[in-house]
Amino acid sequence: MLSAVVTRMGDGSTVRLTRDEVRRDIVEGSEAAAGRAKVPILDENEVDYLVDMFCSPSRVWGVERGHEAVMTKDGGTNTLISSRLSSGIAAPIGRETAVRLFERAFAYDSMEVGHIDYSVKPSKFIVSVEQEHMELLQHTTVFPLFYGFMPNLGLYYRPDGQFANPSDLLPLGRIDEARRTQEEALEACHDDVVWQSKMFTETGADGINYDTVASTGDAEFLATLRATEVVSSTTDMPVEVSMAAEMVLGFHGELEYKGTRLAGLWPHQQMKLVEEAGAAIFGPVVNNNSRKSCAWNVARAVTFVKACTAEATIPIHPNVGNGVGGVPMFEVSPMDMVSRASAAMIEVGKADGL
Amino acid sequence: MASSMGGIKTAGDLVARMQLKKMRLGEAKAYVADKLGVSMFDLSDSTVMRGVREEFDIGVVTAVPGLAKGLEAKARIADLLGIRINSVERLRAKIGTGAGTT
Repeated sequence: MLSAVVTRMGDGSTVRLTRDEVRRDIVEGSEAAAGRAKVPILDENEVDYLVDMFCSPSRVWGVERGHEAVMTKDGGTNTLISSRLSSGIAAPIGRETAVRLFERAFAYDSMEVGHIDYSVKPSKFIVSVEQEHMELLQHTTVFPLFYGFMPNLGLYYRPDGQFANPSDLLPLGRIDEARRTQEEALEACHDDVVWQSKMFTETGADGINYDTVASTGDAEFLATLRATEVVSSTTDMPVEVSMAAEMVLGFHGELEYKGTRLAGLWPHQQMKLVEEAGAAIFGPVVNNNSRKSCAWNVARAVTFVKACTAEATIPIHPNVGNGVGGVPMFEVSPMDMVSRASAAMIEVGKADGL
Repeated sequence: MASSMGGIKTAGDLVARMQLKKMRLGEAKAYVADKLGVSMFDLSDSTVMRGVREEFDIGVVTAVPGLAKGLEAKARIADLLGIRINSVERLRAKIGTGAGTT
């Protein structure tokens, strides 16, 4: 009887596979990414590393000493002070205490200050509160502090916003109207992103993090790229651009940035535009398939990320969290898979941080 | 925990600051290691870095009275690494010794 490897599926459930099945999943996961994005598959040594990692009975896996990478954080302190958003625990503490805990107790390399309602549209109305928190935290902390928010173009459409909703128009075949409303909405989103970013240049913030970028597709990606270009070229504020998904959805379909069509871009292609816009850090996302094993998902994710890091001139910090980057799609992340996905991103994906 | 540098327990915050200057991981580690006079391997070693951070007085993770805190530590980091740190520039502008942030 072949010995069983105890590992997990992409939904977090435990599964027992043979070593050959683990290897098969890793090879197929890498081939799935390569086929989609037209990037190289993992080489034999990299497959061997992943097989050994997934077949190890050790509960926790890590990088080789000396290979450690830099952590950036999205979602601010919501993990501690929010509720189901960011799997929060609603700890009875303030945001400033939470940030200091991330520095002192959790030893994060950097941290992000952000509004609990994390999109630019709601947070811009209370920007003075946000500025005050950033200023106060800059006095008491040592590590770099980003201000972060989501461009979240979806909030600009009815019923939340003032622009017609393309999701209402597209099923009716009103394609031109759906495109025009996205073009108008992205201008409003862009203006808000630039305004909110510039409000932090005087607070001493160390950087700006645009999170969950392109969550509503190519129009949101265009608004963010243009905002990145403005902020990077007119202030000394570094910008991190972190994506929402592995591929830019073409809700519009015809939008371009500097001659490149945005719809359908994969992480290594997104990275080129983010670099061109002037960003300091790029955060690619690779989605999880909850019906495949974690071995399949991690191999697929690092294949996408390796294609990014192979050509990048700026640091690459792939997202490794619930449902992305090889981590199971489940509210409470299992340590055995979070640690494996993180190590694989650095050792095989050659990520500069997470 | 299993793969990160370790923040101010080690030199994670310093390497992060150089990544904000668009340095890739290896370049950022080499730059910081050179400034601290340690090896790149040592940068993630909390045993080594605890003493190095106290020696340079750039903030340590534990509570030690008398050592530089918060903005004091960042002012020393800016000088050590030869970089502008926005909050430090703001402090210098407030006390009339710098141009301030842009």
